Formats: sequence, structure tokens, C-alpha cells
Amino acid sequence: MKSISRKLVSILLIGILVVGMFSGCSKANDGGSNEKYLSIVGSTSVTPVLTKLADSYTALNDGVKIDVQGIGSSAGVKAAYDKSADIGMSSRNLKEAEKEWNLIETTIAYDGIAISVNPNNTVEKLTIEQVKDIFKGTITNWNEVGGKDEEILVISRESGSGTRGAFEGLVKLEEKDADGNKFSALIEDALIADGNGAVKANVASKDNAIGYLSFSYLDSSIKTLKINDVEPLVENIENGTYKISRPFLLLTNDESSKVASNFIEYILSDEGQDIIAEKLISVK
Amino acid sequence: MNIEKNTVSKNRMIENIFSKFFFLSAVISIMSLVVIIIFVFVKGIPAIIEIGLMDFIFGKLWRPSSNDFGILPMILGSIYATIGALLIGVPIGILTAIYISEIASKQIRKMIIPMVELLAGIPSVIYGFFGLIVIVPLIDQTFKNGGNSLLAAMIILGIMILPTIINISDTSLRAVPKEYRENSIALGASKMQTIFKVVLPAAKSGVLTAVVLGIGRAIGETMAVILVAGNSPQIPFSIFNRFRSMTANIAIEMGYAFGLHQEALFATGVVLFVFIIILNLGLNLFIRKVSD
Repeated sequence: MKSISRKLVSILLIGILVVGMFSGCSKANDGGSNEKYLSIVGSTSVTPVLTKLADSYTALNDGVKIDVQGIGSSAGVKAAYDKSADIGMSSRNLKEAEKEWNLIETTIAYDGIAISVNPNNTVEKLTIEQVKDIFKGTITNWNEVGGKDEEILVISRESGSGTRGAFEGLVKLEEKDADGNKFSALIEDALIADGNGAVKANVASKDNAIGYLSFSYLDSSIKTLKINDVEPLVENIENGTYKISRPFLLLTNDESSKVASNFIEYILSDEGQDIIAEKLISVK
Repeated sequence: MNIEKNTVSKNRMIENIFSKFFFLSAVISIMSLVVIIIFVFVKGIPAIIEIGLMDFIFGKLWRPSSNDFGILPMILGSIYATIGALLIGVPIGILTAIYISEIASKQIRKMIIPMVELLAGIPSVIYGFFGLIVIVPLIDQTFKNGGNSLLAAMIILGIMILPTIINISDTSLRAVPKEYRENSIALGASKMQTIFKVVLPAAKSGVLTAVVLGIGRAIGETMAVILVAGNSPQIPFSIFNRFRSMTANIAIEMGYAFGLHQEALFATGVVLFVFIIILNLGLNLFIRKVSD
């Protein structure tokens, strides 16, 4: 008898779980029809700062719900275009094909991409041209750029990453195929690290590695290189001498709601820009 | 009389309800398999058609930015890594199983078995992490190749399949009747001769099953491989090259992919799926032939 009642309890619990699962679904669906609901998708590099901004904005405005999802820049641009999201995030400039979609671009911040090597590396600086040749595989030894006689280990990001897209665009690491489509000219045996953090970990632990990552991930475990004799510093991006930087864009379409424009207004306000300035370069 | 009838019909009813309940559970398990197969194939087949089956499976270039979707490097990467894992894991696993089932004393056996079970319970990301902080730097220092390589994945996968191989081999070795060993020894064979000429052949179908399950684990492993493989989409020409497995290809790029790129990742899943089905059927057939 006891065991039967125990079984009944467990069956009941399973029932509750199943019902709970479905009720969770319906709640999410309700959110979509809510006028004060905002869905924001796109670049994983922009996601952390936008989540922060969304938290402080919802704390100020009762009833507004903001859902931020990092799925990559390309997908973010596309979501803003096909209206599956209210706002798209991109951590690179729009490609020519995307510009034809007539999206409204708002630059909310700038971020630099630093070229970094292991602290044991003797190389201090590279030109943009050399960076390109290293990532392309035409320079394969550190002694060709003034370092030790060691083979260079190139570390890159997964294809589709906004940081990779921005980096390859900025150092012109792109080639065109017969149909005129641009493709990445990255050396084939580059180590592919899954995210900015993984790039940093690899560069920090491998003597001959070179990688690129967002300024917000820099620390003393890696050494950053001067590019064309300019230090990778926030002020050098502001005065335009450090060239490898990219905008963080928010993309909206002509049907975007009032809530969306209010939120963007908040991001551009002093208060919003203060949050951005914690790790990035404010647009003010 | 009447009361007795009542309890009988009541028992029958409960029996009926429970057998329906068990049936329902069986249906749910099988339905999940069917739904997964349908989902993966429906999402993946259109991409294979668009890219072309031959271009997809035998294409050497994986470059989503210019719509080159060839997964030969990943197929070969998965196969090589699995073969390497077997070369490392199978001999060690089978010898361990022989040791704990045939040679070791009861106390030692009692000590080793829980440890092997613990090895099986370690999450794969921990294996990967161990590989990343211990094996990868070690290979890097020795061979100066960056460390992330086919070799690192082979070693980690070899360790990961050990518990599967040890457990199942041990069970099948112990299922060999005692008389086999007694008769062999009575005929004058030494203990080692008995183990390798009598006991192991008698348990071979179980041992082979262990190997098949080991292959399944190695080829399907994702997280540990991502951490140590280097993930370059190139055909590895030596064990010191970086490579990318089919599972890693799906996991790394799924977050960023959309459109044809995303469908191509589902299609990679289809290939992996078909691969595992063929492997399982083939090896099961082989095992049946061998054990007959």
C-alpha cells in the first residue's frame, strides 16, 4: 500500500512537471503580444553590455520586459530586417548587401580589437600589412617580423563571429571568389577558439601564439602589440590613430515600436553612456 | 464468492492499467527516437540537396562565408580520432578487465571497480578541461605544435572510453563458466594460456560489444574534443595536426549560423547519424558472425 501511494505521488509530480513545461511555453508566447515587450537579438560581443543596460532600464520603467539574446551579428542584422526581433545588434559595420535593406543604424559604442601575443614573445609591434600576412599564412615564422626563430601559431574565431568579421574586414583579410563573393583568407590550420575568452587563454598559454580580441577582455596574461606604431588604447581609438576598431550597432526597422526607440534614447543618454564607458568607448 | 470475484476483477483492472502504463513508457522512448530522426533529417536533407551530396561529403573546403560546405575534413577527423582512441583505450581496457576478473584478489577487485565507475561518471567537460591544462601543454612542450592536436584528442578519448570497455568486458569475462577454466588448467595449461586461449575467446562477443560502445562514445563526444582539438577545418595529415570533428563543427558554429550555413550544420548531424547507424549495424553483424 505504501509503495502504491509513493508511486502515485511520483506520477503526480511528473504530471506537474509536464504541465509546468507547457505553461512555461505559453507564458513566453504571451510576452510577444505585450506592447511593453522588447526582443533584442544579435552579436555576442554586444550582448553583455546590452543586458546591463536592459537591467537598469527595466528597473526604471515598470512593466517593460526586455529579452536580450546573443546569436551572432549576421543573425542579428537579419532579424532586424525580417522583423523577427525589435532590435538587432551588430558588432561590425554592415556589409554592402545588408545596407540595401534600409535599416536604421544607431551606433551606441566603439570597441577596439587588440592584436595580442604571449608575454614571452619579443615582438613589440607589427604593421597592419604584417598582421594580414600572418593571418593569411604568408608570414609563418616570428623571425620574419623581428622575433625568435619559431613558427607562428595563428589563433582565430569561429566563422560567423562578429569579432572575426570585423577583424577580417579591418585588416583586409578577405578575398573574392569567381562569383565575386567575399571569403575569409585565413590560413587553414589556424587554431579556432570558441569565444574571446578562449582566444585569451590560448594566447596566454602558448609561447608562439597570436590572436585578436575585444579590448574589454585585455589583461596582463597577454601582451598587446602596437599596430603601425600606435598603442591599442581607448584614447588612440578616439583620436583615430588606432585603426582596428569597430562600432557596436543597434538596428531597427521602420516598424519598430515606441518602446524600442525609448530604450535606444536611454542608451544614448548620459546615464546609458556611463554604463557603456565602464568597458567600452562611449559615443559622446 | 462474490467478494472473490470482485478482487479478481479489480486485480485484473490494475494489471491492465499498469501494462498500459508500461506500454506508454515504451511508446515515449520510441517516439523520441522517431521525432529526433525526423527533425534532424527534415532540417538537414534540404541543405544536402542544395549543396550536392558529393560536394558535401567529399568537399575539402569548409568556408561558410563563401558558401563552401565540404565536410570531408570533419568526417576524416572524427574517424582518425576514434581509431586513435581505440588504439589507446581497447588494449588498456581489455587488459584491465582481465586483471580485475581473472587475476586480482577480491579486495583489489572491490577497490578498482568503484574507481572505474567513478571514471565513467566524470562529465566530459572535465575530461576536456584536464586535456586542455595537462595534455595540451605537455604535447606543446614536446613537439612545439601548439599542443591542440589529433594526438591530444586521441589520448582524452582513449581515457574516456576506458570505463565502457572495462565494465562490459569484465561482465562478459565473468560470465564464462568456471568449468572452462578448471578444464583448461586440468589439461595442463598455464593461467595465462587459460586466459588468452580459453576465457577471452569464450567472451569475445561481449568484448566486441564493449568495443562497439566505445566507438559510439568516442565518435559522439563533443565538449572534450572541442577543448583539445584546435578545431581547424582541415584534413589532418599527422597526429600533430589540429583537426575538427563532426560533432565539434555543429557545436561551435550553431550559435552563429543561420540560413544555409545552419542547415549545413544540421546536414552534418545527418551524416553523423547515418554514420553511427551504419557502424552499429555493421559491427553487430560482425559480432554475430564472430560469435556463431
